[in-house]
Amino acid sequence: MSEPARAETRPPVAARVGVLEIFLTFLAIGATSFGGGVVAYLRNSLVTKKKWLDDEGFLAALEISQALPGLNATNMSVIVGDRLRGIPGAVAGFIGITLPGAIIVFVLALCYASNSGNAAVNAVLKGVGAASVGLLLAVTLQIGHKQLEHYLDMILVAVTLVLVSFVHVPLLYVLLTVGPIAVLLYRPRSLKPDTSGLDKKPLD
Amino acid sequence: MELLRILGVFSLLSILAIGGGTAVLPEMKTMTIDQQHWLTEAQFRDIYAIGQLAPGPNMLMVIAIGNKVAGLPGALVAFLAFFAPACLIAIATSRVWNHFEGSPWRLAIQRGMAPIVVGLMLAGTIAIARTAIVGEKSQICLAFASVVFVLLYFGKKMNPAVLILAGGLMGLIFLR
Repeated sequence: MSEPARAETRPPVAARVGVLEIFLTFLAIGATSFGGGVVAYLRNSLVTKKKWLDDEGFLAALEISQALPGLNATNMSVIVGDRLRGIPGAVAGFIGITLPGAIIVFVLALCYASNSGNAAVNAVLKGVGAASVGLLLAVTLQIGHKQLEHYLDMILVAVTLVLVSFVHVPLLYVLLTVGPIAVLLYRPRSLKPDTSGLDKKPLD
Repeated sequence: MELLRILGVFSLLSILAIGGGTAVLPEMKTMTIDQQHWLTEAQFRDIYAIGQLAPGPNMLMVIAIGNKVAGLPGALVAFLAFFAPACLIAIATSRVWNHFEGSPWRLAIQRGMAPIVVGLMLAGTIAIARTAIVGEKSQICLAFASVVFVLLYFGKKMNPAVLILAGGLMGLIFLR
């Protein structure tokens, strides 16, 4: 954020990136990414500005982040930090991306605790909560629109939703039952010969 | 020992959070409200809203829950417990991931988990809706949510943060 000019001249050699620079880069992302959509901020900073990763490397890291537990933003920060400078890099990336928001949440939590009966505060938070529902639904449907194409996908979405939201099955059991079933349904060379484009990576 | 319970709850949530923060919201609600009795539904909604007002990763709300239960130490334990396990798994996996390059099972896992993640995110949306669209002014809340949804889903690249802040402002006017 503060030093785009210097970043332009930096050669794309990951090993030379300092821990402080990793921290500051993720700090800038953590301070400016509002309302979700952190992936776009990450890509802009790590690929376009810093050139620490090419598009392929970014997508590979994102693929891991999405497949694993945890948030994309924090998973990306530790994966990229680790690739640049090992564990110190991962710690720097993680602290950087979380620190601004963490401080703000903590301060707001203190204010909230001391104003819990305040009608204005409650009204603002109710409004934010209601608006968040619209945001969550939009983000979820956008992701669904991008990633799901098969009627089988829709069935898996519905089964998961019903089990969690209406039958109230604990998440652990949902993951341990629906997860393996879904993976088996999409096991290699099942279903259609593939028109998705997802499976076109050559096997070496 | 409250800190140990915070540690237990949030580290379990951390490793269950496949598909990100939204996917784990229903479970977080169950554990913090129904099982531990740390929060009411309204407090959960308020704390979720506080998390939305901050930049960065969207589950920093765990800090506010930890603070509510046990002050600053609680906030720190909740923060580390929720993020550290998932981060360690991510680092370890990223280091071995390339060994599976081109494995057809890797693609099967991605393809299979994608709809589950969307289902879990929908469930997370419902979990927040059940705390946020309630009360005698639920119609107004529903209208807020609908407007934000339509603007984001059908509109052109609106900044979500602006809509969240507008929600707060509208709340101040209409939900008081």
